[in-house]
Amino acid sequence: MKQSETGDPVPVLALTDVSKSFGAVRALREVSLRLYSGEAHALAGENGAGKSTLIKTLAGVHRPDTGTVLLDGEPVDFQGPADARDAGIAVIYQEPTLFADLTIAENIFMSRQPLRSFGRIDHAAVHEATAALMRRLGVDLDPKRPARGLSIADQQIVEIAKALSFDARVLIMDEPTAALTGSETARLFSVVRTLRAEGAAVLFISHRLEEIFQLCQRVTTLRDGCWIASEPLADLTEDDLVHRMVGRDLDELYPKQDTRIGECALSVRRLTREGVFFDVSFEVRRGEIVALAGLVGAGRSEVVQAVFGVDRADAGAVEVNGRTLPPGSPTAAMDAGIALVPEDRRQRGLVMEMSIERNIGLTGLDELGRAGLVRRTLERGRATDWATKLQLKYNRLSDTVEVLSGGNQQKVVLAKWLATEPSVLIVDEPTRGIDVGTKAEVHRLLSSLAAEGLAVLMVSSDLPEVLGMADRVLVMHEGRLVAEIPRDEATEASVMAAATGRNGGSGEEAA
Amino acid sequence: MTGLGKFLRWDTVVGVLLIAVFLAGTGSTEGFGSTGNLSAALNDTAEIALIALPMTLLVVAGQVDLSVASMLGLSSALAGALWDAGWTFEMILPVCLLVGMAGGLLNGWLVTRVGLPSLAVTIGTLTLYRGLASVILGNKAVADFPETYSQWATHLETVPGTFIPYPIALFAVLAVITAIVLHSTGFGRSLFAIGAQEDAAYFAGIRVRRIKLLLFVLTGVMSAFAGIVYTLRYGSARADNGLGLELVVIASVLLGGIDFNGGKGTLGGAVAGVLLIGLLNNLLTLNDISNEIRVIVTGLLLIASVLTPRLIAVLSERRQRLNPPPGSGTSGSEPPGSGPPQQRPPRQRPPQERAPQERITRKAPQ
Repeated sequence: MKQSETGDPVPVLALTDVSKSFGAVRALREVSLRLYSGEAHALAGENGAGKSTLIKTLAGVHRPDTGTVLLDGEPVDFQGPADARDAGIAVIYQEPTLFADLTIAENIFMSRQPLRSFGRIDHAAVHEATAALMRRLGVDLDPKRPARGLSIADQQIVEIAKALSFDARVLIMDEPTAALTGSETARLFSVVRTLRAEGAAVLFISHRLEEIFQLCQRVTTLRDGCWIASEPLADLTEDDLVHRMVGRDLDELYPKQDTRIGECALSVRRLTREGVFFDVSFEVRRGEIVALAGLVGAGRSEVVQAVFGVDRADAGAVEVNGRTLPPGSPTAAMDAGIALVPEDRRQRGLVMEMSIERNIGLTGLDELGRAGLVRRTLERGRATDWATKLQLKYNRLSDTVEVLSGGNQQKVVLAKWLATEPSVLIVDEPTRGIDVGTKAEVHRLLSSLAAEGLAVLMVSSDLPEVLGMADRVLVMHEGRLVAEIPRDEATEASVMAAATGRNGGSGEEAA
Repeated sequence: MTGLGKFLRWDTVVGVLLIAVFLAGTGSTEGFGSTGNLSAALNDTAEIALIALPMTLLVVAGQVDLSVASMLGLSSALAGALWDAGWTFEMILPVCLLVGMAGGLLNGWLVTRVGLPSLAVTIGTLTLYRGLASVILGNKAVADFPETYSQWATHLETVPGTFIPYPIALFAVLAVITAIVLHSTGFGRSLFAIGAQEDAAYFAGIRVRRIKLLLFVLTGVMSAFAGIVYTLRYGSARADNGLGLELVVIASVLLGGIDFNGGKGTLGGAVAGVLLIGLLNNLLTLNDISNEIRVIVTGLLLIASVLTPRLIAVLSERRQRLNPPPGSGTSGSEPPGSGPPQQRPPRQRPPQERAPQERITRKAPQ
């Protein structure tokens, strides 16, 4: 590690008083950050706090309006991402972009393969170099394997290996764990620890606070483009960190109200889809929030999709307010009062290139006018109404939803469905990938909707969310409903035990 | 829809181009602006224009139908065969429309129920329908249609008091209806949603498959109807009528700024695209430009029509990325028609080279 004259370590990469504006929007205001080699440094902040702008400034995509980027204590001026890469700064994005038809080794050494005579590619050398990188990372991946079919986790490893092959000293990871399972995350973390031990500096971004505490030594927090604090994580609790990010406390995250639980709104009986889920029966009552918990792949999303009718169940029945739904018809489910906020916001929740108002209007095309004609004033009115109720942050309702942050996109999806005035609201991972502040808003909303008599069915992989919000927890394991746990008995241990199939006992018996 | 896009929208560009071609034509070519020539020029695109309407809806919904010209030929051949057998057109028309509906149903069924991509399906039915046409009529031509029928299709008879031939008058009415359906109804909104993101449309309770099926049926029926117009207009029923016309229809629609990937475009743009191709073709014909050149220019125009909107999109995207401030839609500095038609885009004319002999084509305006 390089030392300055005074004996303090010199940060390998630093920002001092960097500001960056896009027109009227001040994305960063005099933000400073110091990254030392050998540390994993977390960057925390809500969506829109300026994290992405900061990363892009470090990666040479943006140039700061004022302030400087320092590399080993020397000011540098990156003209583009290539400059940053040559300086040893690598960025690993959430969804890597590999060439699917090339092998892992070819992807890593793309266009700079070691050559033999006459410009022939030295495949043996490429494979050997790749294998060496994999050994260094402590990962078992075959260099000759094509990238197609690799999991996102493996693709990230390939990107990291590629960064190493460029002798990267600074690794910036932008929400790398968002799409990973628990064990994949663990492997990623062990790779990061290896790199850290070799002296690399890692800047890590995640919405999952427990990961930040697990992996990192220090954290820099941004809020609304401003620097809030840089400090060692050892001195902090999760509550402290949330407080710095949003300026409020953690108990506000799960504002569950007590409600009067009414008659049965949704009744699912012996629903089965061959090879996906089997014999699933449950009820959701008015005023109740029921969580559907379980591991990824347990069949939870598939169940709610069959309930809503976008997938067709092979057997079983769905009843809403006493009416049996025809199978496989989302339109009938909507007419009966079901709304489904799907897990995949970008593919299924929204038409990304359509405007906010049109997305919100999409579920009410029949009601927004007469004789099939859509009345734009009605459409706008509906959108304005719900945008206000949900405190959506937007410029114009005619902007496409693409430009909104993840949290605000989720609010548009919620608006679109609440506008149908459902009696049963199904939400699938309602707060995945959205910032803490919006998360709290979504929870408050679900809670008050339930208090007004809505029946809420919530699929969630976020255990604190499940425990904090649900009146009852249903747990699925390998396509079957294995447990039903009332609120006062639901703990992390009891839910996880059921989700991993360790107790078959308290399973809901088939009617 | 995006801030800057309003100024650089391709359909506006085509509209301006259309006016420019019209003015240039009137100025440079004697007879171009005469009502007689204009009605001939318009009527010459009648089938293309009619089929372009449902095709626009299909492409907006992210689908395409390549079998339209074959359906036109099938309908024409069937009309000829039935006429030979002594049927009247009052009986022939509904039968042909039913056949169009059946063809559309087959296309739509293969796409929505079997789940095949529309491009592949309709390449198949393109061959199938043309083959059926040959089976019905072989390579003979039926050409003895009386004036009482053909007057409804040629440019020589016009809506009283105007220079507009009947097929074009019908097209105008249908275009207005289609525009309202596409841009002002819930159905139209659904088409844009399906074209932009089919999954999201489906999850919003839109009956995606039913709507797609309906679009293919509409297109089939309209193609069959266009087959009748074609037959009467040229006074000749042949199995190879309208060969290759599907490409002109699709070129017109794309030229009008309808995104081939679905989800974007306006009906006004598509209509402007059709008219532009019709006028340019007429203008080049009047100026005795050789067919080879016309074909080449058609090809260039096709490429330009697909390329330019993409370039515009990339440019405005890049600008938005460089200065993404909200509220500032003012960055769109260039006016749309800054460089009108340097290259003169015409189009090829598949039909009348092959057109029957006995009817003198309206070469010279009176």
